[in-house]
Amino acid sequence: MPDFLLEIGCEEIPARMIASAQQELQRRVGDLLNRERLAASGEVTSFETPRRLAVLASGVPAAQPDLSEQLTGPAVSVAFKDGQPTPAAHAFAKKAGVDVAMLERTTTPKGDYLSAKVTRKGRSATQILTELLPKEIASIYWSKSMYWHKPNERFVRPVRWLVAMMDDQVVPLEFAGVQAGSESRGHRVLANRAVPITHAGAPYVDALRNANVLDREAREQQIRKALDSATRSVAGARWREDKALLDTVVNLTEWPSVVLGNFGAEFLALPEEVLVTVMRDHQKYFAVEHAAGNLLPHFLAVLNTDSDPHGLIRHGNERVLRARFNDARFFWQTDQKHPLRERVTWLKQVTFQKDLGNYYEKTRRVQRICSWLSEEIRQSGRAIRPGVIHKAACLAKTDLTTEMVKEFTELQGIVGGLYARVQQLDRDMPDSTRTLIADVIYDHYKPESMEDSVPRAIEGAVLSIADKADTIAGMFALGLQPTGSKDPFALRRQANGIIRILAEHKLLVKISSLFAFAREAYRESPAEQKFSRQVDSDSALRNFFRERLEFYLRDGFGFAYDVVNAVLSAGSDDVVDAVARAEAVRAVLEMPEFQAIAAACKRMRNILRQADEKKIKPAQQFESLPESAEEEKSLAAFLEQTAPKVEALRKQKEYREALLSLSTAREPVDRFFDKVMVMVDDERIRSNRLALLQTLLKEFSTIADFSEIVIEGQKRSSS
Amino acid sequence: MNPSNPNPQTFQELILRLQTFWAERGCVLQQPYDIEVGAGTMAPETFLRVLGPKPYKVAYVQPSRRPADGRYGENPNRLFKHLQLQVILKPPPENVQELYLESLGAMGIDLRQHDIKFEEDNWESPTLGAWGIGWQVMLDGQEITQFTYFQQCGGLDLNPISAELTYGLERIAAFLQDVDSIYDIVWAREPGTGKVTTYGDVRLADELQFSVYNFEMADVEKTWKHFELCEQECKTLLEKHAELRKQKNSGDGVARDQKRFPVLAAYDLCLKCSHLFNILDARGAISVTERVGVIARVRALAVGIAKAWVEQQGSEPASAIDESEPAKKHKSAGLAPVAL
Repeated sequence: MPDFLLEIGCEEIPARMIASAQQELQRRVGDLLNRERLAASGEVTSFETPRRLAVLASGVPAAQPDLSEQLTGPAVSVAFKDGQPTPAAHAFAKKAGVDVAMLERTTTPKGDYLSAKVTRKGRSATQILTELLPKEIASIYWSKSMYWHKPNERFVRPVRWLVAMMDDQVVPLEFAGVQAGSESRGHRVLANRAVPITHAGAPYVDALRNANVLDREAREQQIRKALDSATRSVAGARWREDKALLDTVVNLTEWPSVVLGNFGAEFLALPEEVLVTVMRDHQKYFAVEHAAGNLLPHFLAVLNTDSDPHGLIRHGNERVLRARFNDARFFWQTDQKHPLRERVTWLKQVTFQKDLGNYYEKTRRVQRICSWLSEEIRQSGRAIRPGVIHKAACLAKTDLTTEMVKEFTELQGIVGGLYARVQQLDRDMPDSTRTLIADVIYDHYKPESMEDSVPRAIEGAVLSIADKADTIAGMFALGLQPTGSKDPFALRRQANGIIRILAEHKLLVKISSLFAFAREAYRESPAEQKFSRQVDSDSALRNFFRERLEFYLRDGFGFAYDVVNAVLSAGSDDVVDAVARAEAVRAVLEMPEFQAIAAACKRMRNILRQADEKKIKPAQQFESLPESAEEEKSLAAFLEQTAPKVEALRKQKEYREALLSLSTAREPVDRFFDKVMVMVDDERIRSNRLALLQTLLKEFSTIADFSEIVIEGQKRSSS
Repeated sequence: MNPSNPNPQTFQELILRLQTFWAERGCVLQQPYDIEVGAGTMAPETFLRVLGPKPYKVAYVQPSRRPADGRYGENPNRLFKHLQLQVILKPPPENVQELYLESLGAMGIDLRQHDIKFEEDNWESPTLGAWGIGWQVMLDGQEITQFTYFQQCGGLDLNPISAELTYGLERIAAFLQDVDSIYDIVWAREPGTGKVTTYGDVRLADELQFSVYNFEMADVEKTWKHFELCEQECKTLLEKHAELRKQKNSGDGVARDQKRFPVLAAYDLCLKCSHLFNILDARGAISVTERVGVIARVRALAVGIAKAWVEQQGSEPASAIDESEPAKKHKSAGLAPVAL
């Protein structure tokens, strides 16, 4: 069976978009082949560079298999009148493509019907791909796309050529005015020519290799090797591993190589954070460090060419970096002329958000939230230094007015921390206090991603939470919560941050109280006038945080989704508590008792729901009646005896112990359901039994709602 | 670039070579626009010519003033006024990237000896209601050109689109001459004597004095007044043009009035507003809350002028393009705040 190749030749695709677009294209081609009964018998693989997205499918049938079908037509009674075929019979014969005389009859329970067996000839793969692939190409998702040919034909950048082949034959599809052929193109500089492709499959990859174009994996290997060998010329040095940077440069090159450049050792006096940001984020250079971790005055630039024979490339890159470092040094020196404490009032000139006012106002609000949080935490018995937090909160945003942050925005917070470390913040402040304040400022945007760490000190944790809560509270009050894929202010990331800090610092702070206070901090501010009256931001916030917590418990901790649902149904306001309950539930869930209890809880919930639907009310409280069954009484007795014990353990947050005591309920519960019918006709008995179930279910659900637990498939995954 | 080359091309030779290159490829060589602009894009040769259906090819050097970027001539890499060489290709030919790379050859850059990359960089000007998709072109780690496919201008979707190539002349010259300060660039070298005139000789006083004016001495109240006067006159012109439109179908007289209507003068007034705004901004006279509003005022002028211009050119009425389906889609894609 033939091999299929599609290559979309494009002007340089943004590096950050290549991987996901490639996966999508590969999936779309695979799905199309399956859907059209052309499933590849071999592998479907991909090949991508900044200038091309290609999919290779091996063993694609040349045509769809023929399809034979039994068609059912009109009833015989309608199709023939007086032994003569009616127009209905003729129409059916025409549809089936046979003579009326050839029509068959099928007997069904509803009577006799005309039928016909037809064979649909499978269409050729070339025909189908020509017709359907352009739509798949057009449907690829881009976060930002453009048009260049016709306004309704969009792609990430202009498409300049297409290769589409079954073995050695062109599939003549067309997209955005480009006709597919069998000519690819080589590397822009090293092999700037048309590259004829003789055959789909391996010959394609070979032809491109000869034209200085390598696949993703080969490029990554080549870069790693080149980084290693370039670094070897510096004794005791290694290049600093950076996966994100590596992915970027892999996606910026078709034929990569590496040069090692140098910079003046005097720049090492600048903080490492600044040097690395300039190299990594602005120049896409790898940093070079000593085995001990300290930076060395070298950098590694990844090139999209094979060599630097006259050292011009290295010289040019060194020149650019020198200018950048000179700028950074100039910013550092200029910024010191006005220490952070002088800059607090400057924040009145920096907009936070157009309706939420400026950063000066935000600073004041965040300070208030911090004082409240500190007090909460102090009362829970933790050591904390509110004075440190207050000072740090006051200075935290001042670095937004510095030249350094204006130029290197990604260093916000970090620059504030670095400056605080070298400036006098207050007279007579001990060095250790100043260092702590500096660290708190330095950390206050953390965690910036799932991989990033949370603030180191509890004081940093508080500032970070307060800053994020202020933003989220304000945005929700304006009605600007994230929707679908749109989250322009990264509120989800900030909420994830709050949850992780609470969990990792084990801070017993209720989310609802935190946001009540964050909202309160806006009271009587001009921003409050802008708050939306239409949206119920409290309930939106509650749902939003529940969703974030769900995400954290599942993706961060690997709890199964039913455990997460069960735990959050019993409360999602206290992160530390939710984690503790989830751990307890996971620990006991393998016990057969809990599988049974989960089943019983589902049953109880169903019975109570049905009763409720029929407007049947449980009694106020269970009482032992003369008519009560033995099993009923013993269950009630069990409850009376166990409930206080469970409650006491629960209060002490001994969730695992509490659940173990509940596990002894299995036997009386099972006996109850074996022997006792709840929905009997006698109203008194019935409502009495409902009351018992209601109490029981409530007792079971204080730690987790066990009716959420999925019982079938005893093995639950932990990832 | 090449430390062994004792006489690299001068700044003016660089400009001449680029101009010759693009003239040979069919571009009209325009002269710099004579009103202060922040970028070559704002010159009418770009802002207005990219609108409507008429093909056009043009290249020009545009001094670009950004008052807030001034550094009193003390920073070796930053200028209040820099020079852009701007090329507009409408519609872009299929080989526009190849043409661009050839132009580097024309400047004496042998690509085989260098590292060139096209890195994603989209361009947006809220003041002009304009945006595009493209790259910054990196040569040995230095950004030398902004390459943009315009998608929208003056709030209107473009059809056809244009390619805009903006060469940062000082950066390229500093690179070619291998100097660390812009002021050390050799602007001209006298044949025969070899006498050198540097960028600093030509422009340093400019940088110093305008930094002083923009940061320290520009009279805020008067500048505001200038701004308001220009805005008012521009608005009046646009209102008069709107009245003309209402009488659209009443004879040849109107057609004549339409044709001679000074839309171009209205645009000059809009440019003045934009520059006066930049001075006020550099002067620290615009508060954060005002800023967005003032930008919106200038944009309103630019958008009105774009519509009037398209209409005057006798092409599709602007609204017909503006309301088409894909237009709406990328308006939101383009203007929504994006966390990149």
